[in-house]
Formats: sequence, structure tokens, C-alpha cells
Amino acid sequence: MSLLLLTLILIAMTVAAYALGRSRAMALGGIGELHSLPSYYGYYAALWCGIPAVMLLLAWLTLQPNIIMALVVGNLPPDVQALPTAELDLVLTEVRNIAFRGMSPRDANPGVIAAAGQLASLQSLANIAMAVVALVVAILGLAYARSRISPTMRARNSVERTVEWILIGCSTIAVLTTAGIVLSLLFEAANFFLRVSPIEFLFGLKWSPQDAIRPDQVGGSSAFGAVPLFTGTLLITLIAMAVAVPVGLLSAVYLADYAPKRVRDVAKPALEVIAGIPTVVFGFFAALTVAPFIRDLGPLVGIEIGAQSALAAGMVMGVMIIPFVSSLADDVINAVPQSLRDGSAGLGATKSETIRLVVLPAALPGIVAAVMLAISKAIGETMIVVMAAGLAANLTLNPFENVTTVTVQIATLLVGDQEFDSPKTLSAFALGLVLFFVTLCLNVIALRVVNKYRERYD
Amino acid sequence: MTDMSINASLGADGLHTSDAAYKRLKARYAREARFKAYGLTAIGFAVLSLVFLLWTIVSNGYTAFLQTSIQMEVFIDPARIEGDSDAEKRTETALRTADWRGMVNSALAERFPNVPRSDRRFLNDMLSQGAGTQVRDAVLANPSLIGQKHTLWLLAHSNIDMLHKGFIDRDGPPAQRPVNDRQLAFYDEFVKQGALVARANTRFLVGANSASPELAGMWVAIVGSFWTLIICLALAFPLGVMTAVWLEEFAPRNKWTDMIEVNINNLAAVPSIVFGLLGLAVFLNFFGMPRSSPLSGGIVLALMSLPVMIIAARASLRAVPPSIRQAAIGLGASKLQAITHHVLPLAMPGILTGTILAMAHALGESAPLMLVGMNAFVVDVPTGPLDAATVLPVQVFRWAGQPERGFVEKTSAAIMILLVFLLFMNAIAIYLRKKFERRW
Repeated sequence: MSLLLLTLILIAMTVAAYALGRSRAMALGGIGELHSLPSYYGYYAALWCGIPAVMLLLAWLTLQPNIIMALVVGNLPPDVQALPTAELDLVLTEVRNIAFRGMSPRDANPGVIAAAGQLASLQSLANIAMAVVALVVAILGLAYARSRISPTMRARNSVERTVEWILIGCSTIAVLTTAGIVLSLLFEAANFFLRVSPIEFLFGLKWSPQDAIRPDQVGGSSAFGAVPLFTGTLLITLIAMAVAVPVGLLSAVYLADYAPKRVRDVAKPALEVIAGIPTVVFGFFAALTVAPFIRDLGPLVGIEIGAQSALAAGMVMGVMIIPFVSSLADDVINAVPQSLRDGSAGLGATKSETIRLVVLPAALPGIVAAVMLAISKAIGETMIVVMAAGLAANLTLNPFENVTTVTVQIATLLVGDQEFDSPKTLSAFALGLVLFFVTLCLNVIALRVVNKYRERYD
Repeated sequence: MTDMSINASLGADGLHTSDAAYKRLKARYAREARFKAYGLTAIGFAVLSLVFLLWTIVSNGYTAFLQTSIQMEVFIDPARIEGDSDAEKRTETALRTADWRGMVNSALAERFPNVPRSDRRFLNDMLSQGAGTQVRDAVLANPSLIGQKHTLWLLAHSNIDMLHKGFIDRDGPPAQRPVNDRQLAFYDEFVKQGALVARANTRFLVGANSASPELAGMWVAIVGSFWTLIICLALAFPLGVMTAVWLEEFAPRNKWTDMIEVNINNLAAVPSIVFGLLGLAVFLNFFGMPRSSPLSGGIVLALMSLPVMIIAARASLRAVPPSIRQAAIGLGASKLQAITHHVLPLAMPGILTGTILAMAHALGESAPLMLVGMNAFVVDVPTGPLDAATVLPVQVFRWAGQPERGFVEKTSAAIMILLVFLLFMNAIAIYLRKKFERRW
């Protein structure tokens, strides 16, 4: 029985349980004699019917593959079982392919064919068992709920308690996500650091991840020194900030204090549109238009510029971040009380003097925080740099050369087929860990700056 | 204030009459004007960048909705269809594997009988790789054509298409020109006969993907994006609303709640590619979910947009005044009844607006989806969330990496479609906000 069908049946049963519970309560007493509204008895029955079955289903689906594989491995011939993990995995993949994808078992070990047969039969058995058990649990839950329903039963209280628990469960998803990110990154990165020393990774100057096909292969040696990636990321981030921070800040100031209505009516939506454009579009724009433009500009000023340069990627990324900076700056500038501006104007300052000497210093913590958040966004941006910055890990701070960044490497290392035991693949997770850690720090520091240095005016 | 009014108000006998003071004032006003000009320049830069970007996309892409076709009279030669010459007994397999391209090439040769053998290759390259398939489809739809001459519009090769649309400089150096002089001559002849015309291109929207620009369509990506967003919405909306309700209405102030809030705020700022790493390590490798499927992609996007949705939902719940809850509770409603019957319906427009904006953002996201395998070259239209699929922005990325000139046009047009979808979603959000916004 397919999972979809089972789910649909369970949903139908839950709806039926609602109707059953409700009618049961109505049969036991009129509305005046019941403790709760009849619908609550219905919800009570539905919850008892649905929740245990769904929880069982989820647990079953999580555990089933591992248990079945353990059983299959246990029945393989002893010589196959004794293989090292990597080869055993290969055998198991073959078993799976024969069992589920209908691959012809050509020149396979008889043990493998037997295991495939066993796997297929176990799998179908498990599916049937799962459906039966889930339906039985649903029916038992319904029967229990029905037996509990009586006019004096406090159905509403127990339904509301359950709902609150469900809400609490939902709110833990965010925590689980963070835990999942941290654990998966740590686990895979630890795997990587078992093969490559963290010192080499953090301070090495050469980055060329490769899978050595043969151990003695010439030129197949890998180097996992991530410093060129860090400098590349830093360079592009700096260029992006050099565009985004002044433009974003000045736009925010201009829109807040100077712009006539006509300009504001054009500029505000334009900034929102920039904010809504997918990054892949900026990447295409950078690769198609900006990078060739800069390349052609090079000879005019006597510099050799390649088709991919840090400058092009950084500038386009800067444009992408403008609305981010300007909307954050807008918030903090608007948070500065009007009385400060009035006071400054009363003392004879011009508008620009008020802004430069009064408003901006008062808003400084917020602006610093905004810039840090923008930096964190620039560091984590992927598509623009993948499309416009290139792959060569040059250790340079020259904006006219092509550089690569942490995110580009993660994307290129993990796109396509990969083996999960090669340092090349695992290095992406180590890079991801660095990325996650750095952006997290920037965000936390930004929040701290805001809270610590915020001037309180009232 | 202009210089003249300054002079007028600061007459020779005024308080600040020294030249130095006058100069200072002038400098201050000049600085004021400069500052204003900087601001205007900044805004101008941002707006011009946007205009330039959109202009690049549209000017490169609008032609993709037309595709150059060549009118050909093809003889559907029964001799080139294997199997029985009796139409009744001819199998579909025979029809599918017949030498359709050969018939097209013969038709071309008939059109230009004087072309030497060595130039045949160039002549055949005037038409798309898919021209044979077009003939086949016409015959499959109407088997009575076999043995007759049939006139139909066949797709031109992408290079001819580009030439016709003016993207290839026909006077450029031959070495850098993808269309050689012989083909230029063929092209001119076709145009003179009125047999080469740019016609509306529906294949681009509803066709499957292809490695040839003139055949490439984006239906797979549109359907894939649809399924991915459905999964994302089905997960993120209930989870987000329920979390927001708990945090805003039920949660006690304690360490645990604080931790959840800090968590949500941090998650909102985690780079999207990290969610891709999570999806790859946990959902694909640990739980063994299908690669490239909208299911895994949708889950990753759901986790990514969850924090944004929670924050938006909390803001609109907070905007509902406490008096509404108090009135409901005062009339005997339980807390949950007050929320489900009164607070949530009132907050719903705001929540929906936030949801649509988060979905629009998810629709444009590509990096995390590439890590869970959604950058695969998929030809079959996905029929459900478990099939291999790709999504619009990833399709844009894939096409942007193709070397053919024709794909620049297709990529730009795909971006236009993507932007239209985004515009549509944002318009709905703005409409909802305008229509249901309520100030208390």
C-alpha cells in the first residue's frame, strides 16, 4: 500500500472520528447536559484517532530502512560482511539496485542476489505491516476516545491542552533546524578534519581539492588551504560594501529628509524591486553585461582584466545589497527622535549638518549593525559569485583578477555526483561550518551592538 | 536659500557682516547642496542600475517568444519508414524510428538542387536538430500524410534564428561568425521566397528542456517550481503560524522561550546555501529522500522561509489589539477560542501577505536547491513531488552556463517569466495588504 493512500485513509478516518465523537456526545446528552460543546468531543476523538497513528508512522518510517538493512547485512555471506565499510556500501547499493530498480543481477555474487530477494520481500512485508499497524492504532485510539466520552468529561480542556502541546512542538522546529545545521556541519567537518589537519585548512595558502584516482598519480595531490578562499570572499565583500554602504546610506538619508514626493514615489518601489530580484538574475547580469564591460574598460586604462573579475561580481553584489542597507538604515534613522532634529535646526544648523552631526551619530549603533548584517549577507551570497567570480583560487587582493569564494567552492564541490568519504566532498562541509560560524558571529555581534550602544531618548 | 536672498538678509550692516562670516555661510550652503547632490546621485545610481538590468534582460530576451521557422514541403516517403507498406499494419515503433531527418534533408536538397555535395552539410544545418521530430509528430497526428507531400513550418537552427533576429553581425569576420557565407546565401534565398519567418513560440513555455536553444522549453522548470513551492507552503505555513501563535499568545517568558526567539532570529540570517548543506547531509544522506525531487527541495525551502514567516506572523498577531482577546475571554471564551475565533482571522491578511512574500523569495532561491540535486538535466515533466525536477532559477543558472548564443536569449526570457511570476505574487501581497489593512 502506498504511503499516499495510507495517509489519505488516515485523514478520512480522522474526519470520521470527529463525526463519530460528536454524534456520540449528542446521543449521550443534550447540549445543556454536556460539559463542552459537542464539537469538542469530536475533536477529542479525532485527536485520539490521528495523532498516535501519525506518530507511529513517522517513527516507523525513520527506523525501517536501518533495521531492514541491518537484517539484510546480517544474512550476507560472512566473507562479504567482513569487507571494509566502503566496499560493503558498494555491495549494499548493488543489492538495492537489484531489489528496487529492477537491475539485472548480472555476474553478481549469489549471496548478493539472495540478499536482494530478501530485501525486496522484507520491504514489502514491512510496508504491509506498517499500514496494518497504523490503521489498528488509529482504530484503537478511536475506540478508546469513544469509551471515554461522557457528558461529564471535560473534552474542551483536554483538547486545548493537546493543541497547546502541538503548538509547543511546532515551535521547537526552529531549534531542531539549528541543531540539525550545527550537528550535520560539525559531523561532516570532523570527518574532514580527520583527514586534513585543521591547521592546514585554516592557514594553508593553496586550494586545489582533487580526488586522487590512483595513489601515485602525478598532479593528483590535493591541497586544502582555505586562505585563498577567505581572501577572495573578503575582497568581493569589500567591493560590495564599498558600493552598497555609501549608496544605501545616502539613499536612505535622501529619501528620509530631502526627496520630493515624486522622487520618493519612484525610488522606494525601485529599491523594493531590487530587493525582490532573485540573485541568479544578478549573477546573469554580472556575467553577461558587467564583466565584459569591465574587461573592455581595462585596456583603456592600461590594465589587463579577465572575463571574470572580482570587481564585476563585487559591484553587482553591492547593487543587490543596496536595498538591504537602505531599509535597515531607514529604520534606524527614523528611530532618532524628531526633537533632536528640531533642536539642531533651532540652533541654526543646515539640514545636512543636522544629519551629519546629529542624526547619524545618534543612529550609529544601528548603522554599524546594519553594515554587519549586510556583510554577513555578502559573505553568504552564492549565485552572483558562482556565475561571475570564477573558480580559480588566487591568493590576491587585486580586484581585477578572478578570485573564488567560500560559497562558490561549496556549490561547485557539492553539485553533481559525490562520494561522501572523499576529503574533496567533505571539505565543502568544513567551509560551510566556517561560513555558518562567521555569519552567526556577525549577526550576534550586530544584535549586541544595537542593544549595548543604543541611546535611549525617552 | 539662494545667494541673492543671502545677500539681502545679510546686508552690509547686519550682525554677521564680516567677509569671513559670509564666506563661511556660503561654504555651508554649498556643502548642503553637495550633500543633497550625493543623496540624489546615490538614488540615481540605484534606480539606473535597476533600469539597466531590466533593460539588458528584456532587450536580450523578448525575441525568445518568437522563433524562426522555415516553410518546407516534405515528402513523407513510405520507403523511409520501416515495416509494412500497408498503413494498417505499420507499427508505431516503425513510425517513431523512421528516417524523418532524411526526408527533411531530401526536401532541403530539392529546394536547392544545385548545391554541391560538400555544402550539403551547411544546408542541412539551416534547420534545427528537432526538425525530423516535428515531421514525425505531424505524421503521428495524421498518418494519412504518408506518401504525400506535406507543407509545414520547421524550426530553423538556433544560429539562423539568431541571424534573423539580428544578434549575429553578418558582416563580421567569418571566423567568428557561427553562420558561414554559404548559409548566409541560403538564408537570403529563404527570406526572398518568404519561407523564413519568425513565428510565435509556444514551445518555449510548454516544451521540455533540450540541449539545443531553439528546442528548449521551460515547462519542466515551471512544474518543478510549482511542486516545490506547494511542498514548501504546506510545511512552512502551518508550522510558521502555529509557532507564531505559541510564541505570541501562550509562551511564558523563560529561558526556553528566549532561546527559541534567538534561534529564529539567527536562522533568518543564515546564508541560504547552509540550508542546502543541511538538506544534503540530513534529508538526502541520512533520511534517504529522493535526490532532485521537489520533496527534498521543498523541505529545504520550508526550513529556510520558516523564520521569515514566523517573524511576519508574529508581527501581525501583535498588531491585533489586546482588547479583542479580553472581550472574547470576558464573554466566556477559552484562550484558544479567543485566538482561533477572533485573533487569527483578524491577523490572517497580514500573515498571508508575509507568507506570499516568503514564497516569492523561495521561488527565486537557487543555491540550496542545487545542493539537493535540483540542477539535474530533466526532460520528463514531473508528475508529483517525488519525481526528478528542476526549478525556474536553477534552469536560468543552467542555461546561463551554456555557450551557444541562442541560450542568452532563452536565459533572458526565462528570467522574464520568473520575474513575471514574482511580480504577480508581490501584486497579490500588496493587494491583500491594501484591501484588508486595518488600523486599530
